Amino acid sequence: MAVGALDNKNVIAPIQVSDGYWKGVLRRLMRDPVTMGALIVILLLVLMAIFAPYLAPADPFKSSMLRRLRPIGTPGFPLGADELGRDMLSRLIFGARLSLFMGVTPVLMAFVIGSGLGIFAGYVGGALNTAIMRTIDVFYAFPSVLLAVALSGALGAGIFNALVSLTIVFIPPITRVAESVTTQVRNRDYVEAARASGASGLTIVRVHVLGNVLSPIFVYATSLVSVSMILASGLSFLGLGVRPPEPEWGLMLNTLRTAIYVNPLVAALPGVMIFITSISFNMFSDGLRSAMDVRA
Amino acid sequence: MTGTAAPIIDIRDLTVTFIGGRKPVHAVNGVTLAIQPAEVLALLGESGSGKSVTLRSLLGLHPPGRTSIGGSIQVAGKDVMALSGRALADFRGKTVSMIFQEPLLALDPVYTVGAQIAETIQRHEAVSRVKARARALALLQKVRIPSPERRLDAFPHEMSGGMRQRAMIALALACNPQILLADEPTTALDATVQIQILLLLRELQRELGLTVILVTHDIGVAVEVADRVAVMYAGRIVETGPVREIIRNPRHPYTQGLLASRAHGAMTGSRLDAIPGSPPDLADLPPGCSFAPRCKHAKATCVETAPEIRSVTADHWMRCMLDAEAAE
Repeated sequence: MAVGALDNKNVIAPIQVSDGYWKGVLRRLMRDPVTMGALIVILLLVLMAIFAPYLAPADPFKSSMLRRLRPIGTPGFPLGADELGRDMLSRLIFGARLSLFMGVTPVLMAFVIGSGLGIFAGYVGGALNTAIMRTIDVFYAFPSVLLAVALSGALGAGIFNALVSLTIVFIPPITRVAESVTTQVRNRDYVEAARASGASGLTIVRVHVLGNVLSPIFVYATSLVSVSMILASGLSFLGLGVRPPEPEWGLMLNTLRTAIYVNPLVAALPGVMIFITSISFNMFSDGLRSAMDVRA
Repeated sequence: MTGTAAPIIDIRDLTVTFIGGRKPVHAVNGVTLAIQPAEVLALLGESGSGKSVTLRSLLGLHPPGRTSIGGSIQVAGKDVMALSGRALADFRGKTVSMIFQEPLLALDPVYTVGAQIAETIQRHEAVSRVKARARALALLQKVRIPSPERRLDAFPHEMSGGMRQRAMIALALACNPQILLADEPTTALDATVQIQILLLLRELQRELGLTVILVTHDIGVAVEVADRVAVMYAGRIVETGPVREIIRNPRHPYTQGLLASRAHGAMTGSRLDAIPGSPPDLADLPPGCSFAPRCKHAKATCVETAPEIRSVTADHWMRCMLDAEAAE
């Protein structure tokens, strides 16, 4: 810049104009190819689940004794056929519906209940906090797989019971994260500053605690979706979740396991789907964490 | 003490004790202070001398379960200790507001500066969102933030330290309080920005007729803005008087030590005078003068009995048994 320009009163220093928190998060997400890739995979899976009837080349329930365990690439069966001669591709497409549902729903319910409980415990503190958190710790003591199996076993098989038991499994870890983040936020200067400017307890929780606490809990919850999917698959595998002949990836893995020596590639396909979905959710949650960090 | 007008802040024999730990910590031990309207008082002292605790008591910010508070606090005709719930929330921010040491921590990182100011305005007054935003803009102009229209939508982390502190001041002035409490407002800032913020505070104080209590450990800051200084040590006010008087004629050995330890005016290469020892443990205070263990003039009586407050001149008071004249 010419020296003379410095005297010009019209020169305005460029100011970085911020365009809102969520726009900033979105902009940072867009710049991250791995996260965007994971997001695209997740969106494709969701679209596949929604439009399953239009996408599936065959009826996923139609069995045929003559076409059992066809290998991948058989004409009419692009991904082979399962142990009852049903089209694998169609079953995998339809399976996305239940598998995604079982992956997302328990986490969503646990997110609502767990963050409510954790924020309450963290904000109130004292003896009530101890009571809530120690109760939560009791659940935390069990390995999550064991707890899920035990709960579904006690409640009985079925999709609804599997959802309930998975929700119960995810409440403790989410509550814990919510409680620890809230305890940190509660002691921050801006909470005291808000109190010093006349904010009521409710306003502080609603505006300052929720505003600062929800995104870390949300990021943590997204990372649980893959765990939930795997656990739900496990429950189905054990015969505690989805019941045959309903297509669900975990259940398909279970029923195909007898064919692992006959046609290992076909038997592995549901596992591949579970793997792709869970790794996409994990990578997305990782990217989301860094994109949401305001002070980065 | 000074003048005849009714004081706007009248603290009598305030004691604040933090309980709940292994030993109760006596953070404030009998502070009596009267401040006139539009007066600027600097509370001076080192870390842990109880200055911030005194300030927070004025807003009733100490959690009741873990603190026991004695004495009385009257602010603008209200008994602060009797306030609770809704009345206390209305009092905070509207009558008395506070600015904090580190503006980056005292501003909520997930909301824009404009949103935070507007929120405070709407909390106390029934105004529309648009009007509150317009007032927020006017406040940012008042604290002279460059391009205030754009700063309204900036997040705290997008601003510089000095600008953040200006925004913090704007936030504190949002509801036209009569009294402004400043807890080390310049400690976290660069030296060049410090003076700008102090000048701004002084200017706003004159313009709005604010009563200000400024907590600081920096005598230079106190001299710059205050009318009167109160020096605190171990939860007590050991000396109080007009700034000039305290600087030119300090009578309490602690104040003398503080002034001697400044770098200002010292010869290059010479060692700075430091006060030997360290402040007493607030959980285990000595029965006599709390400064006695570090005082070079201390006598046997100093260790045994706590000194009473006594006047040096009409508006210069101190808490020391020794005749300061003889001590020198």
